[in-house]
Amino acid sequence: MNNGFRAIYDRYPWDEVCARINAMTISDVEMALTKEGNGTPEDFMALVSPAAEMKLEEMAQLSMQLTLKRFGKVMQLYLPLYLSNECQNICTYCGFSFDNKIARLTLNEEQVLREVEVIKAFGYDHILLVSGEANQTVGTDYFERMVRLIRPYFSSVMLEVQPLEMEEYQRLIDAGVSTVLIYQETYHEAHYRLYHQKGKKSNFNYRLQTPERLGNAGVHRIGLGALLGLEDWRADSFYTALHLDYLQKQFWKTKYSVSFPRLRPAVGCQQPNHPMTDRQLVQLICAYRIFNEHVEMSLSTRESPAFRNHVIKLGITAISAGSKTDPGGYAGKLAALEQFEISDDRSPAEVADMIVSQGYEPVWKDWDRAF
Amino acid sequence: MNDLIIAGHHFQSRLLLGTGKFSSKKIMAKAIEASGTQMVTVALKRIDVSKNEEDIGHYLKSMPVQLLPNTSGAKNAKEAILAAQLGREALETNWLKLEIHPDPRYLLPDPVETLAAAEALVKLGFIILPYINADPVLCKRLEDAGTAAVMPLGAPIGSNKGLQTSGMLEIIIRESKIPVIVDAGLGAPSHAAAAMEMGADAVLVNTAIAVAGNPVNMAMAFKLGVEAGRIAFESNLASTSAYAAASSPLTAFLTE
Repeated sequence: MNNGFRAIYDRYPWDEVCARINAMTISDVEMALTKEGNGTPEDFMALVSPAAEMKLEEMAQLSMQLTLKRFGKVMQLYLPLYLSNECQNICTYCGFSFDNKIARLTLNEEQVLREVEVIKAFGYDHILLVSGEANQTVGTDYFERMVRLIRPYFSSVMLEVQPLEMEEYQRLIDAGVSTVLIYQETYHEAHYRLYHQKGKKSNFNYRLQTPERLGNAGVHRIGLGALLGLEDWRADSFYTALHLDYLQKQFWKTKYSVSFPRLRPAVGCQQPNHPMTDRQLVQLICAYRIFNEHVEMSLSTRESPAFRNHVIKLGITAISAGSKTDPGGYAGKLAALEQFEISDDRSPAEVADMIVSQGYEPVWKDWDRAF
Repeated sequence: MNDLIIAGHHFQSRLLLGTGKFSSKKIMAKAIEASGTQMVTVALKRIDVSKNEEDIGHYLKSMPVQLLPNTSGAKNAKEAILAAQLGREALETNWLKLEIHPDPRYLLPDPVETLAAAEALVKLGFIILPYINADPVLCKRLEDAGTAAVMPLGAPIGSNKGLQTSGMLEIIIRESKIPVIVDAGLGAPSHAAAAMEMGADAVLVNTAIAVAGNPVNMAMAFKLGVEAGRIAFESNLASTSAYAAASSPLTAFLTE
């Protein structure tokens, strides 16, 4: 196998990327705006640069128009289902970190079905399965069992778990997984080790090459992202965009989405090193849309109600509502701790009403078991 | 205007509507009404029969239009055939807009898989309207396979760029024995009118209506555009010519 994305990544040293982004001028930004959804990674640098802050309103207008044209006045709804908070990794920012003395729980079949019952009653048809990384107990065998168990209840089953081998992904796709989300957390290789001190996750390269294993496995959609707040968000987002650009040429049948997880407070965890403001997050959302008119974008309940109400029109295509980030949290408290505190605790119905009031239609089902 | 006839069914309207991207079912319904359309397409992946009244399919079935389910989301013939069979059951119609686009960005149709699926689905008793690139040979192959119409694109879905494929569309319209419905890319009523003037049997519009500032008025504008274009076509639109009528004809000497 060739070096794939790694070879491209190596052409962009971190400090150089930061310097280039900071050196972008208003005319670079203006040039990037003319690309209207078909930009290059260099255009993306301009769009996330400090210079682009002067053009934020223009970016927002364009981003909204491009999103309307491509996706229409609709908003996809999905919900995470936390299967397990067991984790062998030590990650300085995460509530599931191995060194965090919390009650650990992995849901069994019966517990998962109880969650499914509540989630279906909310109206959901797209589900995101989430876990920590505990390969012995919560590995591919477990995921496959759970996917097959819940498959009859959902049109779209998505997965956000530890990186796996290509063959493992193929098994899970056969079982019914359509989408896999895998966030690099940070593309700053040297600092990555500081945040991921122990466990399989400390292997930067293995994680970096995960989307390519997914592409080779033939997954329908791949979700990318960086954990915003760990390092300079402009640089980390640039590498995400570069990754996206590489993948969509390499795996042209695959769909792509990006997410914007901003670091939230969690028990026993560090605060963000590089906090990102609301204004900067809006800039980033618009930058992605103006760079790529096709990419899907999701926004979780990490963000506040007021913020989500305002940004859904600016480029977002999918949101979650009523999320619980503790395993078993929907059917009732099972004494397991949350991965992070959610900020928007409105019910799915309340969020759906908000979407309607903004002149958009909430879409619960937009995929089919036939695919 | 003459009736549009597809698979023996008569339609007075030559405008087909897509039902995606609307801000609500209510506005969609009003746009459908204002457009005068008699045939609307709906993505099977959006259908959720468990939701009853809330389901878009349920909603559309109560309207006086021919439902044309589509297989959007299918990446190959196998997926499209399976989706078609599930859709026939759920929506109780054997009409199908066959869409196979393995590329999720431009949503451009796969000619090889589309032809294979069309051949299989015609044999299964479906009335097939395939979405395809503006490829005259593929249109003839589909006609031979027994599709009820062909739906070549004017430009990529949702692009609003108009009749970018006009040269190929002219050949398709000239050569086709089955109705030609120009689908995708029509961004303005003038684009629709141009397609009809060219001789297209019908057009399908979605994005330009659904995301317009006023979708209901835009639906009406497209209705008028389609009618104007069709009436012009049926009235033998004067052809354009690059040559002036010579005052001293070159063949005049023959009668001298």
